[in-house]
Amino acid sequence: MTSPNPLAPRSRGFLIEAKDICHSFGKTTALAGASLSVTGGEILAVMGPSGSGKSTLLHCLAGIFTPESGEVWFDGQRLDTLSDNKRTELRRTAFGFVFQFGQLVPELTVVDNIALPLLLNRVSRKTAYAKANAWLPRLGLSGLGARRTGELSGGEAQRVALARALVAQPKVLFADEPTGSLDTLTGEMVMDLLVSIAREEGTTVVLVTHDARVAAYADREVMVRDGTVIRRAELQADAQADAQVEVSR
Amino acid sequence: MTVPLTLLGLLEREPSHGYDLKRDYDTYFGRGKPLPFGQVYATLGRLARDGKVTGGEAEPGAGPDRKRYAITQLGAREFDAWLTQPIEPEPHLQTVLFSKVVLALMLGRPAETYLDAQRTAHLQRMRELTELKRTRGLMDALLADHGLFHLEADLRWIDVTSARLNALAEMVRDS
Repeated sequence: MTSPNPLAPRSRGFLIEAKDICHSFGKTTALAGASLSVTGGEILAVMGPSGSGKSTLLHCLAGIFTPESGEVWFDGQRLDTLSDNKRTELRRTAFGFVFQFGQLVPELTVVDNIALPLLLNRVSRKTAYAKANAWLPRLGLSGLGARRTGELSGGEAQRVALARALVAQPKVLFADEPTGSLDTLTGEMVMDLLVSIAREEGTTVVLVTHDARVAAYADREVMVRDGTVIRRAELQADAQADAQVEVSR
Repeated sequence: MTVPLTLLGLLEREPSHGYDLKRDYDTYFGRGKPLPFGQVYATLGRLARDGKVTGGEAEPGAGPDRKRYAITQLGAREFDAWLTQPIEPEPHLQTVLFSKVVLALMLGRPAETYLDAQRTAHLQRMRELTELKRTRGLMDALLADHGLFHLEADLRWIDVTSARLNALAEMVRDS
């Protein structure tokens, strides 16, 4: 692992910070100077309409994409300038991921899927399976450990995905529309578990969603529009400044 | 409740006669429910009494009242405060939000910023209701759900309106 950089923005208490990042796909601009900071232990919802750049932002924060310009910092180190190998290692050890469709391995059992990140981290098979089995009751999956994930309901599969994302005790959980394929009640159950466990484990969560009911589980939300992040403080300041200008006319 | 504030907003644009105010109100906000003349003049009378508008000398011409009304500093402050502050999030706000958006566009104010501020206020209320759901019993959860679904409907309207602001601005300017 890379040593923490003493010049990093940790002094301000942020675990993750993106500064003015830009990213495009061919001629399509996805991010046009997005800035964002996340405090350790915080649950942050990133909202915005389709195509606003919110998923691209998550991918840049998680080191999956390297932004074309700007900076991404994680826990005192510059993420966007790390080598591919170091970023891969960081994603495996410090980050967990949940996507809209669980992306489980259907041929493997529930417990195999949950143990997978630990095995990839070279944890012994015995320890990995002991830890994976311990997650089953926490997510209401007791008795399902030996079932193949292709046989699960959508809600069960997403809970397995959540267990797999959390089993290695990541510092950050990145969730991209984690309830997007679930009905209302099942989605609420998944969100309830996600929030409860994140609080218990002290995990920071960056949650991308277009669904206000899902965003309402977060401590705070930011809006992404046209590739930039609109902050609440800026909104209030803009509205007040505008009011003052108008009154003084 | 919004009629006096809406009339103040129309007067912020330019001093007007009661007749013109009624015509503009009916065009933009009436939607099949025209404002009675009596209500227009009664409202203007109350606003003048409270120092929020001034009515000039009566001008010669047809019609019941030929005074040209203008907004005062006090009226402008009250209108600004109403327009820029998010409404207490509760269900069935469509009419008030709609009036705010149209008036903001008419006056060249940042309608999108107001919608964003309202979205933030709605999400804060949704966060409180979600926490209530997570920590209380089923009865409270069901009541919170009722509020959440209505607030969500408002938010969807806010999102769709945000996406259509340019087209709406053109329409307001052209009509």
